[in-house]
Amino acid sequence: MSSQLEPIKDPGLPAHVHRKTDTDPKAADRAERQVAAMFGISALGTVLLIVSYVFIPDDVFVFIPIMGNQNAHQLGLGLGMAIALFFIGLGAIHWAKTLMPDQEVVMQRHEFRSPEQDRKDFVDTVKEGAASSGLGRRSLIKKSLGAALGLSALSPILLLRDLGPLPGPEQKMTNWKSGTYLVTDPGDRRIKASDLEVGSVAQVMPEFADPKDRHLDDIAKDALLLIRLRPSEFNLEPDRLAMTHEGIIAFSKICSHMGCAVALYEQTTKHLLCPCHQSTFDVTRAAKVIFGPAARPLPQLDITVDGEGYLIARKPFSEPVGPSFWGREK
Amino acid sequence: MKRLSRFRRHKAAAPLLLTFALLGIGGTFSVASATTANETSAVERSTLIEEGRQIFLKGCSSCHGLNAEGVSIAPSLIGVGAASVDFQVGTGRMPMADMSTQAMRKAPVYNEEEVAALAAYVASLAPGPEIPGMELLNFERDGSTAEGGELFRNNCAMCHNFAGQGGALTQGKYAPTVMGVLPKHIYEAMVTGPQAMPVFNDKTITPEEKLSIIKWIKSAEAEPNLGGASLGRVGPVTEGLLAWTLGLGLLIGVAVWLATKAK
Amino acid sequence: MTVEAKLGQVANYVDERTGAAAFLKKSLKKVFPDHWSFLLGEVALYSFVILLLSGTFLTFWFDPSMREVVYEGTYQPLEGVKMSAAYASALHISFEVRGGLLMRQIHHWAALIFMAAIVAHLLRVFFTGAFRKPREGNWIIGVGLLTLGIVEGFLGYSLPDDLLSGTGIRIAEAIIQAIPVVGSYLSYFAFGGVFPGELFIPRIYIVHVLLLPGAFLALITVHLMLVWYQKHTQYPGPGRTEKNVVGYPLMPMYMAKAGGFFFIVFGVTAFLGAVASINPIWLYGPYTPAQISAGSQPDWYMGWLDGLVRMAPPIETYFFGYTVSWNILIPGLIIPGILFTGMALYPFIESWITGDKREHHLLDRPRNAPNRTALGAMSLTFMLVTLINGGNDLIATHFDLSINQIMWGTRIGVFVLPPLAFIITKRLCLSLQRADRELVLHGRETGRLLRMPSGEFVEVHEPISPEKAFILTSHEQLPALDLPAVDARGVKRAGVLKNKLRARLSKANAEAVPKVSADDLKEIESH
Repeated sequence: MSSQLEPIKDPGLPAHVHRKTDTDPKAADRAERQVAAMFGISALGTVLLIVSYVFIPDDVFVFIPIMGNQNAHQLGLGLGMAIALFFIGLGAIHWAKTLMPDQEVVMQRHEFRSPEQDRKDFVDTVKEGAASSGLGRRSLIKKSLGAALGLSALSPILLLRDLGPLPGPEQKMTNWKSGTYLVTDPGDRRIKASDLEVGSVAQVMPEFADPKDRHLDDIAKDALLLIRLRPSEFNLEPDRLAMTHEGIIAFSKICSHMGCAVALYEQTTKHLLCPCHQSTFDVTRAAKVIFGPAARPLPQLDITVDGEGYLIARKPFSEPVGPSFWGREK
Repeated sequence: MKRLSRFRRHKAAAPLLLTFALLGIGGTFSVASATTANETSAVERSTLIEEGRQIFLKGCSSCHGLNAEGVSIAPSLIGVGAASVDFQVGTGRMPMADMSTQAMRKAPVYNEEEVAALAAYVASLAPGPEIPGMELLNFERDGSTAEGGELFRNNCAMCHNFAGQGGALTQGKYAPTVMGVLPKHIYEAMVTGPQAMPVFNDKTITPEEKLSIIKWIKSAEAEPNLGGASLGRVGPVTEGLLAWTLGLGLLIGVAVWLATKAK
Repeated sequence: MTVEAKLGQVANYVDERTGAAAFLKKSLKKVFPDHWSFLLGEVALYSFVILLLSGTFLTFWFDPSMREVVYEGTYQPLEGVKMSAAYASALHISFEVRGGLLMRQIHHWAALIFMAAIVAHLLRVFFTGAFRKPREGNWIIGVGLLTLGIVEGFLGYSLPDDLLSGTGIRIAEAIIQAIPVVGSYLSYFAFGGVFPGELFIPRIYIVHVLLLPGAFLALITVHLMLVWYQKHTQYPGPGRTEKNVVGYPLMPMYMAKAGGFFFIVFGVTAFLGAVASINPIWLYGPYTPAQISAGSQPDWYMGWLDGLVRMAPPIETYFFGYTVSWNILIPGLIIPGILFTGMALYPFIESWITGDKREHHLLDRPRNAPNRTALGAMSLTFMLVTLINGGNDLIATHFDLSINQIMWGTRIGVFVLPPLAFIITKRLCLSLQRADRELVLHGRETGRLLRMPSGEFVEVHEPISPEKAFILTSHEQLPALDLPAVDARGVKRAGVLKNKLRARLSKANAEAVPKVSADDLKEIESH
């Protein structure tokens, strides 16, 4: 490409410089002893490993500066292993550097392309083989083979059908029904409206007849957050205000963005913060999103109290909780 | 007098006079405003409240108002209870050092006695959460570590992190670490909901549950780091940093040594 | 009998049964160039071996089941707590199996170092142009290894089913479910129903210990075979040409150094496993969807993804009862897809721009390929900005900042900083080229001043060695492609727009400080 001569000629490989260990047998012996010493330290490391494993009980703690109290058994095992391995490597490399021949060797690269005759023969073989198989001429074989292979590829995919059920109505429903009692999580205690002070929060679940029947699948949809504000602090549409009770408002705890638990409530600003991606929800405006990547507010649960003052859900959520999906209507 | 006035033009005269004057004024002032130390009877309680009121007027009223009714920059203290004062002043958060985003824990300005006085005064303004007594705070006996862990992860970890190391809130606020905090301050914080922290009153988290939480916090505090140095107990960020710096860094160091010629 | 004689007997034994003498003879004499930056790939390779070994150890005790159990082990703060069998078995390994916690930690540190080494190796290969013909295939395999590594690591740390990694799975499920049309079906198939179900951990276990390691073994084998067969590249220098390899033979030098380096990598990883706590699952607690910790992040190699998701604008579109979550799809699937596809295709993109279809075995000094180096700096900047946003809550608490400010800073920074990095890097490269030219023409500044008889002060320059001068002038400087829009007869060529783009890019790519020519040297000699 460039038409000018190379300005500086290749001066060739630099002259080989002998190492001390090449010329001085005493230096070579010293290097040998150094390598042996490194292998020796490695052996000591293995001894430390064995001694720690067999003799150090696993409830002894020693104080190490900077690191604090450390488990002696664990530290002995780990350091022993590390020393055993590291010094084998150090020894081998030092051996190579000081005692093995370090003359630089030049090896020629070869062309990747095969010799012309080989390539020609290869191409001819392939052509002959293809012709003799008859695939080219017999188009019926070609077409039917294609169809058979293509169809057979479908069966493995079909066999995976039972990986899971098809999405059903449960995707859009939770265990919150009309009249479900709100209970503390953990503890499963019913909550009275008067139990909450202004500024307090409570982690809540729907009441199960037998709490043992509640599994993670349920928790992943049902988790609820109760917050109490002063009624005057709300900035809600009348229909949303009607879903609160004396300043107590309930939101799904499952973030509408990607499903983390949203329970970080700032009492001063009345904001909810999701720690995963920092979506921020304004409680006074029905968990409207004011910062971050969440696109929808947290679903609000319609709550009221029963005759004795215990909090209950008035009806189920009016929209699916949690992250969005294709079939989710706005 | 004549002997002394000989030195009136001495260059040390002015600084010495100034020192004497300051010592005199300061000494007179502290003697005059000295408070009595012990209260032994119920009558002394009203002295305690009065003491508290004096401290309040001097150190708190400029922000919280002469009657603790609150002004724009500081909330009303009426009804916050002795527990709030014990927490805020006892942890040094109040008086606030500067009007930044939030009050931070620092060396307390007032001693235990003064804190008690302030708490008594604020409690006298209106009923509010009380300071938990020593009998209530026997978390070793009455709490359960495992239950406390569950409660902590459910109610506290989202702000304070899984190991109580603290976490970020919005707009520069933060939930501080809960390590190295007196059990009564932890209790009071839960009950009073200081600053951005919500209130966890005794109905939503019962006193036994609060003790369990405290027991778990103390257990996590005392627990040595079982796999090695802790890297802060904040998760994968510091782990990744160490992998690149100490891990890959050490390895590259050895690689450079490996590839250099021996002398 | 001496060691040499014994080894000779072994060689004989093997050859009589396999006829491998010719091949092995050539192999043992094969030459490998020696530079520290060529060991980064080795760190990754050895880390993979460590992962296999430590991972196999862990499988002897790990129970990949999500059935609910009550903890009955020795770690008091979790006594009586309900958890999955997987989590309980991971606790068992940590507390009751001697060496178990050490092995868990070695395994996880090895994974972090594995990914770091892959990235460092990728950067070295990129910036030196080692991906050019004939190594394009190896580059694609490498990008494949990087992608699979990210997935494998994510699945690996999700196996213990603790609070932090369970949160990560929850987020992954949200990404799957957000895919238009098929998202819910894919999610139900992956989880065997609703989230979290009881099938996910056993399924990813098989992917993590069988399918992906198998894929890794196959890809790494092909990757190494290609390096072996095509021979390693080398830096330009005296005695080194496109047609040779200068270095040390496999036996004994390279074997000893490479073999020794394996022990070094294993030793350093074990050291980290001994002194630095990683993934303390007992502090996180078992996963339940109602809990979350402040400061939740994925492992570092996914931090940029987390940062992208955090900074995404809150956009969803709704139509006819369907929802499309752009706020998840764009940062979670579309941008990574574009990035990794672009990365994989880069060798072909670059050869399209330069028109260079020849083999290259000598590496580029990064300054001599300013556009490529600037592009690399730009991509790195993008990754760093997104990575920083992934940790914005930790940065906020440690440096007294606000997450909102950091978020806005990175939202703007991710658009502004990469182009800025490109411009600055390109200018830097050109300056360095200029400095090289000065060095060749005028020699090294010694810092000694000389006063001439005429009175002026002059700095003494020392000519550089012929070896150094050769290195500074031996690189190629390809001219821009000549792609006229019309041919000799004035007829418009096909593909005009594509050619115009290509010509533009080629011209920008060819911008360089002309290296010292023979004429320049003659001129210098004359005065």
